[in-house]
Amino acid sequence: MDVKRTQDYLYWLFCQFELITCSYLMEPWEKVLFYTFNLAMAALLLYTAYVFVAVHVSSAFQLLWHFPGKPRENALSVVK
Amino acid sequence: INHIVHNGGLYKRPFNEAFEETPMLVAVLTYVGYGVLTLFGYLRDFMRQWKIEKCQNATEREEQKDFVPLYQDFENFYNRNLYMRIRDSWNRPICSVPGAKVDMMERVSHDYNWTFTYTGRVIKDIINMGSYNYLGFAQKSGACQEAAAKVLSQYGAGVCSTRQEMGNLDKHEELEKLVARFLGVESAMAYGMGFATNSMNIPALVGKGCLILSDELNHASLVLGARLSGATIRIFKHNNMQSLEKLLKDAIVHGQPRTRRPWKKILILVEGIYSMEGSIVRLPEVIALKKKYKSYLYLDEAHSIGALGPSGRGVVEYFGLSPEDVDVMMGTFTKSFGAAGGYIGGKKELIDYLRTYSHSAVYATSMSPPVVEQIITSVKCIMGEDGTTVGEARVQQLAENTRYFRRRLKEMGFIIYGNEDSPVVPLMLYMPAKIGAFGREMLKRNIGVVVVGFPATPIIESRARFCLSAAHTKEMLDTALKEINEVGDLLQLKYSRRRLVPLLDRPFDETTYEETED
Repeated sequence: MDVKRTQDYLYWLFCQFELITCSYLMEPWEKVLFYTFNLAMAALLLYTAYVFVAVHVSSAFQLLWHFPGKPRENALSVVK
Repeated sequence: INHIVHNGGLYKRPFNEAFEETPMLVAVLTYVGYGVLTLFGYLRDFMRQWKIEKCQNATEREEQKDFVPLYQDFENFYNRNLYMRIRDSWNRPICSVPGAKVDMMERVSHDYNWTFTYTGRVIKDIINMGSYNYLGFAQKSGACQEAAAKVLSQYGAGVCSTRQEMGNLDKHEELEKLVARFLGVESAMAYGMGFATNSMNIPALVGKGCLILSDELNHASLVLGARLSGATIRIFKHNNMQSLEKLLKDAIVHGQPRTRRPWKKILILVEGIYSMEGSIVRLPEVIALKKKYKSYLYLDEAHSIGALGPSGRGVVEYFGLSPEDVDVMMGTFTKSFGAAGGYIGGKKELIDYLRTYSHSAVYATSMSPPVVEQIITSVKCIMGEDGTTVGEARVQQLAENTRYFRRRLKEMGFIIYGNEDSPVVPLMLYMPAKIGAFGREMLKRNIGVVVVGFPATPIIESRARFCLSAAHTKEMLDTALKEINEVGDLLQLKYSRRRLVPLLDRPFDETTYEETED
């Protein structure tokens, strides 16, 4: 029963997306084009996040953690 | 909800008008929607130009392709790429009298609204929330219909002449005397078409060297009449008396632009109820300003005659003012009287002048006799002269329906524009896909509504406009409200943040930028 409700809710969310981006009004081939473009963009975004965000966040943390320590000749040698 | 009035107590009753501001997220998402549609519009235009897709709209001929392009402006782009997609919500053919319930012919489109075919089925008993049937006189049985049928068998349908030549029937004289008595003016004149009443008579009243001060949201007929007259036109902000006073002061102080001579006439054009906003004009203040600056007032009561006021005599009676203060009272018979045509009422000298000099009187065919009889019977019914209290009951029923409907819609959480007492109820939709979706979903649930988008409204403020009627019973309104609630939840239309924002009433100077204050 709960699965049906979540399914209905997800379908309703999809309908809201369709209404807001006006894909409700498009012909089927336009919808295919639009969704393909959107999914491609979303996939690229996720890939970028997966590859780069982890490295950037960890290097930012390292920089912040070593701030209180005494400065060396090359302050960035902390980060590799 | 009463806001503090600083205008010296001109109002005898509270004036509750509200235009809730567009929520920021909704405005952004609306622009996103229009952006996506514009991109796809460019794509489709590209495909049509390179013959990848069949071009079904109007284009120039091959030989004319090197001339100045005819269809490249924004209006035509909007028409073929946005309007075509949701076109099935308009021009729906009805096949019965447009009373409280109406029958509609079902039609489908197999090529995405470029052509329509009728399936042959008739959808019966659709609750009609779109017709201007304020007092319910659009009937096919009853006193009005019988009288009109009798006159039809007596006079026929055509008049075959203009008013000035051989088209002045005794029925027209009777109608004009009755309308003058109904409005409380000295004399009145009736014309065959409401639009033509405005557009053909304003040029007869003002000319070059006169000034017209017209409201921002005036109807196309008033705008056309003002432009045809050749007078100078200045626009004041919608229903904003500070803006109007500033314009009047400038006009009196500076006079005509180049020669600095005083203006020959200053005419203020306002409407009783503005049909796209549902707002009522601030008539006491307009009349006070008119008297102070010695200008003339032209009041277009197209939607308010019969619909406002304790006995249905329009916006002048609603505010408790005297009809002598309004110089030209114009109205139409299309909305509350169930007929067609318009009238102008005022002083006897004015109407006698218009009988000779109005374009509509000289060139347009006069009103058809059955239509005249319908108006005569309905006016007598409203005034109570036919011996029954049907007219009074209808006016009261309309006021009750208005209050009930507006209150319920506000409670549900929709954004509703306009005055509490106006029978025109605009419900904001904002997003372009929701315009089409709302029209279609309501028709699926057997309710006929009118949805409006650009260019009749600003591009992000599209709306659904309900016109209430005295013929709607409470059960019909409850059914309609239930369906509107359902569709509102389905399409997420309940945008209201329920903040009671009072209207700005202090002087509008250079330091105020917002129309409403937080």
